[in-house]
Amino acid sequence: MKARIHVTLKNGVLDPQGKAIEHTLGSLGFEGVSQARQGKFIELDLEETDKAKAHEAVTAMCEKLLANTVIENYSIDLEQ
Amino acid sequence: MKAAVIVFPGSNCDRDIQVALRQSMGSEPQMVWHKDADFDSVDLICLPGGFSYGDYLRCGAMSAKSPVMKEVIARANKGVPVLGICNGFQILAESGLVPGALMRNAGLKFVCRDLHLKVERNDSIFTSGYATGQAIKIPVAHHDGNYFVDAEGLKAIEDKGQVAFRYCGADGTVTAENNPNGSLNNIAGVYNAKGNVLGMMPHPERLCEAALGGTDGKAMFESLVAALS
Repeated sequence: MKARIHVTLKNGVLDPQGKAIEHTLGSLGFEGVSQARQGKFIELDLEETDKAKAHEAVTAMCEKLLANTVIENYSIDLEQ
Repeated sequence: MKAAVIVFPGSNCDRDIQVALRQSMGSEPQMVWHKDADFDSVDLICLPGGFSYGDYLRCGAMSAKSPVMKEVIARANKGVPVLGICNGFQILAESGLVPGALMRNAGLKFVCRDLHLKVERNDSIFTSGYATGQAIKIPVAHHDGNYFVDAEGLKAIEDKGQVAFRYCGADGTVTAENNPNGSLNNIAGVYNAKGNVLGMMPHPERLCEAALGGTDGKAMFESLVAALS
């Protein structure tokens, strides 16, 4: 099973890199872009075949290592 | 007094702390490789600056899970003093030993210069050699020193006096202009709730000798020796 994890900064946490990206997109002439937020994408191969168990395991991985929940949120997508 | 300096792959201020401790203690600190969870009983544990594990994933994230940190966390929870400087602070925050997180500097640039810190309180084992409110000159050198904690957490550490140092001007005034990295409330260092763990971004170990441009860092190590000997 593939696990795809997005780690993003929580709302209310300033993202200076996102701001710089937004500013540069504007200077390149891309208009109407706002709220750029930079995050991380992590992909894992899991031996687990049970989706519920896999979700539980990946949630624990996010809580313990992949995300810092002081500043970051995470979302998990599983694909059989 | 006995001290240990934990050495991670990518630490680069471990020898600076070793020298600062040697000079203040008059004896040799123990250098402990991060895989050696079984080290002597000591009065002080130091986590040095550097770029442990190449700052992969997040600064300090990998080191916080290394074998030695389980032991450091257990000892810190029993009351053993722990000092984390720069990357050491990031490791402490990632371990949950001090509140908050260190994010990319607001200006997105690596900041490397001497600046001033206001000592918030001198009734701690780390700062008894300073005066409360004193402005001390200490260098910073970091890319990810932007201190963040949520509003509730910020109120809690402010109310409980857990802020150790704030970035300030030479006269001790704390203003936005003196904030090098966007840290909330100009916070440069924080204690845990019990006050036996201190994490700070600036490097006191780098200004312990006049030949290096200043000695304001020395009082921290002398405070520790006075408290722990």
